[in-house]
Order: sequence, then structure tokens, then C-alpha cells
Amino acid sequence: MDKFEVLRSAAVPLPIENIDTDQIIPARFLKATSREGFGENLFRDWRYDSEGSPIEGFALNDSRYAGKILVAGKNFGCGSSREHAAWAIYDAGFKVVISSYFADIFKGNALNNGLLPLVVSDEMLQRLFVQIEKDPKTELIVDLPAQEFYVPLWEERVSFEIDPYKKECLINGYDDIDFLVNQKEAIEAYENNRPWAY
Amino acid sequence: MAKSLFDKIWDAHVVKSIPGGGLDVFYIDKHLIHEVTSPQAFDELEARNLPLYRKEQIVATADHNVPTKNQHLPIEEPLSRMQVDKLTENCQKFGVELYGLGHQHQGIVHVIGPELGITQPGMTIVCGDSHTSTHGAFGAIAFGIGTSQVTQVMASQCLLLSRPKRMRVTVDGELRKGVTAKDVILYIISKLGTGGATGYFVEYAGSAIRSLSMEGRMTVCNMSIEMGARGGMIAPDETTFEYVKGRKFAPKGEEWEKALAYWRTLYSEEGATFEEDLTYFAEDIAPMITYGTNPGMGIALNASIPDNVPVSEKVSFDKSLKYMGFQPGESLLGKEINYVFIGSCTNSRIEDLRTVASFVKGKHKARNVEAIIVPGSKLVEKQAIEEGLDKILAEAGFELREPGCSACLAMNEDKIPAGAYCVSTSNRNFEGRQGPGARTLLASPLVAAITAVEGKIVDITQYLN
Ligand code: SF4
Repeated sequence: MDKFEVLRSAAVPLPIENIDTDQIIPARFLKATSREGFGENLFRDWRYDSEGSPIEGFALNDSRYAGKILVAGKNFGCGSSREHAAWAIYDAGFKVVISSYFADIFKGNALNNGLLPLVVSDEMLQRLFVQIEKDPKTELIVDLPAQEFYVPLWEERVSFEIDPYKKECLINGYDDIDFLVNQKEAIEAYENNRPWAY
Repeated sequence: MAKSLFDKIWDAHVVKSIPGGGLDVFYIDKHLIHEVTSPQAFDELEARNLPLYRKEQIVATADHNVPTKNQHLPIEEPLSRMQVDKLTENCQKFGVELYGLGHQHQGIVHVIGPELGITQPGMTIVCGDSHTSTHGAFGAIAFGIGTSQVTQVMASQCLLLSRPKRMRVTVDGELRKGVTAKDVILYIISKLGTGGATGYFVEYAGSAIRSLSMEGRMTVCNMSIEMGARGGMIAPDETTFEYVKGRKFAPKGEEWEKALAYWRTLYSEEGATFEEDLTYFAEDIAPMITYGTNPGMGIALNASIPDNVPVSEKVSFDKSLKYMGFQPGESLLGKEINYVFIGSCTNSRIEDLRTVASFVKGKHKARNVEAIIVPGSKLVEKQAIEEGLDKILAEAGFELREPGCSACLAMNEDKIPAGAYCVSTSNRNFEGRQGPGARTLLASPLVAAITAVEGKIVDITQYLN
């Protein structure tokens, strides 16, 4: 996993609510047995028509928008638990997704893959959409060590929440597997002492 | 302090709490795997040179990607075949029990767990699939995980988790005629919305829930994720014990008595805290159907599509109706339907097949409808044949397929064509879920069966007397 510290980037806006993981990566693209290459099919059915031609008007096909930050409507990532959704977003070059609300499983999957799900207020989200629409080149800054997010153009900085352990993991590029494997002793002790063993 | 069912089971599975943040090292009793979300996890394990920690606590099956015709032949589609072969290879290499294609126990992962008695009260169960919440119907903590977490459980039998908040949803009273478990959960989701339970673990309670069979309870818990919940659960009772007793992997003899004594302690105590506590009345629930592209967009069959959504939701709402080809304020009654799909981990159990068969007996599906019925497992299929349901269904023009996820997610060739309407007993009506451009209306098996016979959406009350 790559390390994450401070990110400055323009953003791609997707002002749609309840974007589910079936839209992020449709099931028919889940047949691969490796983690690579899912970015190609990110938002496949919104991005391309049945002939494979880009659909005009969709943000990812719009040359005005570029960057490593995806800004999306509330309840992003609901539905299927497929981690392929987080892989596809990351593989397509995004490092941060901003929304006012994330589905739980998606949030966990993103964090496990170096993709930061950043929660802002509904009001902030709307302001961001307006700002990006006005000037697609607007730079956004995500400072993970300081847990701050801001648009240099604006006055205020907003702090965001992240579990301290998860933050460490992102900054250092660690993941839960390393951590859990190191807990073997405690796990074995638990197994020998379970209130009810199945 | 009075404890909730959820807290009792959670506390019993905390290996240790991490100081500082709110994370627990959380122990997993049973891990179910399938072909789509496990290959990368096995690879990761190998890449890190880690052994599989507790292989006897894992059960594998092939379901998402398998064809539902000619399962005795090699899978034709090369990518699907590769994925299923990869599962077989991994299970052999790591010594995991596999109920692969053709095995008498094969089936949708959330159907086989309960029917084999693998799923038991008080357990923690995970699977790389969001509908793992199904198993909560037995009074277990069961939830879906991503592939990285699949690797974590393979490596340590644990996950690093923060404790979700607790929600109780009580449904009191007696369900009206024609109102099934599916209608209950579609009703609850329509009230709460797709994100309404995000961050929560839901316990379903109340007399209407208690009155449901295990199959019905599984249908309810299955769709918890569709309102964002981490999982759903129902306290085990005599109905649960009766169902588990005697199943292949259920405890036997003295073990059974011991288990039973423990399971009887699993309920929410009087005064237990829930961050959210909601009550609905069974009498208010009618047969339901969805009209939009998320499961929260549901209405009573004879109600109209809303036409007054809040401004903030307007863009998404309009996009959804445009995809479905519906107008705000419109009624769905009389809409012609081209496909009826009865299947998926929500409604493919023997009780569902019986409901459909008993309605279509002596009738025939409408000419404009293609009706596909896909049993949840080999055992369901076998039982349906033993009970003669296959003949009834065939005579009514329904095609009984072989077990798998099928048109629930359209990973195999069972797809609904673009633009076509499908009344489906599955759990998701997302854009393209049943195939690119497919339009899905979620409903109960009873509503689906009636729709197949009528060829259009009708008010089912006329059939209920
Ligand atoms: S039947 Fe559908 S929802 Fe259930 S496990 Fe299969 S794909 Fe997932």
C-alpha cells in the first residue's frame, strides 16, 4: 500500500446520491482473479454506451475535469461488498473520495486499500459541487497528518475524523493483516478460553 | 446493566480491545467463501507467505458465477470457468471444504449455511458478500466483508472492528393476508431509506417477526444491508431451535443440550439500550413493489409513485425514474412485465418455491412473460422434485433451473435484456443489476407468481380469498 500524507489536487464531481458499487464496477467485470486493471471499467455503464463509445456529459469523460479526488453525492458506495469497487477507483488514479456519507463496507474497503473516504457536511459538499462547476481547476488540499481538508481559495479549514489506528496505517502504508498476525498469542489464548466454542 | 442480544454476542467475541481508538480484535467462528471474492485473498496470503490459520472454520461454494443450465458440463464461459477452477484449486491447496458445482451441498452461500446447520445461534459469521446478514436470522452476528478482510480472517480468524451502534426495529401485530416477510422488509427499507441504518446493527423484534418461519426471518435479515445496516438479527427461539435440530452440522446428543442451554440466554434483556428504537405495525404493511433503482424506492402494490420528493433528492430521483421509464405520481397497476425471476439468497428457499407452486398450480404463465425459477441450493432443488413442485412449475410454463445466484446479479448468462421489465424476488434493483439496461421491480415470490400468470402488475387482493 502506498503512503499517504498531503494531497493537492483538482477534483472530479459526481453529484449523484446513493451511488452503489454495482455502478462503480458492474458485476460482469468481477471475473478477474487478480486485483489489477479494474480502473478501466470504473463506472462502465455510465461512462460508455453498449457499443463502447464514451457517453457525453459523464464527468469522467469530460476533459474539464481531472485529478486524484472524486467528489460524490451522499451515501456513496452502498450495496454490494465487492472490494473491486475500491480497487477500480484507486486503479483509475483516485486517492480520496469526498462525500457527506459513506456506506460502511465501502468505507472499510477503501481504507484497506490506501483510498481515503473523507466525510464533509452536506452543506460543504454542495459548496464543493458549485465551486468545481464554476472552476474545474479548483485545487483541494487533503492533509492527513493534520486531519484537515481545505480549498485554498476559501478561508476556513475543516477537520475530518478518522480512527487514529487507521490514520497511522494510511500514513505508513501498513494494513490490518500485519497487525492481526502479530496478535497470534492473544488469539490463541482466546480460542482456548471461549465461552462457547463452535 | 441490561444487555442487548447484539452486545452479548459481540462481547463474547472480543479477543482484546485496542487502547486509544475504538477498535476490537474480533473473533470469527465461521467463514464462508465463494469464487468471486476469494481468489485475491488466497493470492495475498501466499504473497505474504502466511498459512491459512483455521481451515476447518471455512466452507466454500461456487455460486455467483455458475451457469444454471447443464451444470454437469464444463462451464462454457472462459472467465467464469477460470474463476470457479481457481476456487477449486485454492481449496485443494489450502485444505478447505468445498461444495463445488455438482456437489450435493452446492448452492448460494447464504442458503447452504443455514440448511446444513453450519449457521447457529450465538456465532459470528462472515463472508465476502454483503448479504451475509441473512444468517443473523438465527441470532448470530453475521455480516459481509471485503476481500482484504477475507485475507485477514484467513490469516488470523479475526477482524479489527469498531462496534456498530444498535438499532431495534419492532414490527407488532398480525400480518394481513398476502403480506409476506419480503413485504415486511421492503416496507421497512422504504421507511428508512437506503442509508437509514448505516453504522447500525439491527435487531428485528415484535410479534409479527416472531410469527415468521425461519425462511421468512432469513428474508428479512438478508435485506438489512439495503438500508445500510452492518447486519440484522433476530433472537433465537423455539422456531429457530426446531429448524437447526437434526441438520447435518448441528450439535448432536449431549452437545445439543449444552448448545441449547447457551442459546436460550441469547435475547435482549428488558431495558437494554438501543441508539435507535423504531416500531411499525403489521396492519399498515401491504404487498410491496419497488419502482426505482434502489431498494428504498418501494411502495404498496396499489399505491402511486411519489411525486413530491424533496428538492435535494430530485436529481437522483428523476435519473432513477428515467432509467425505469416511469413517471412521478403514476400507478404501476396494469404495467406489462416481460420477465419474472424467482431466486436469489432472499427468496429461493423451499418455502418460496412452495408458495409459487401452490399459486400457479393449474394455471399458466402469460404469453408475454418468461418465468425463471432458480432454487437456492442442490438440497432445495432435490426437495422441490421430491414434492413434485418441478412438475407443477413446468406445467405452468415456469422454467426450473439449477442452483446459483443467476439473474440476481447477472454474472452468468442469465441476464434481463436492456429496457425489459423484470419482477424479481431478489434484493437489488440497481441500474444494470440484472444486465445492462435491465429494469428490475423487487417483490415477494407471491407477487412475482401472480405477475407471471397475469403478464402485468395487478392488485393481488382479488386472489387472496
Ligand atoms: S443471490 Fe444475489 S445477493 Fe445473494 S449472494 Fe448471490 S449475488 Fe449476492
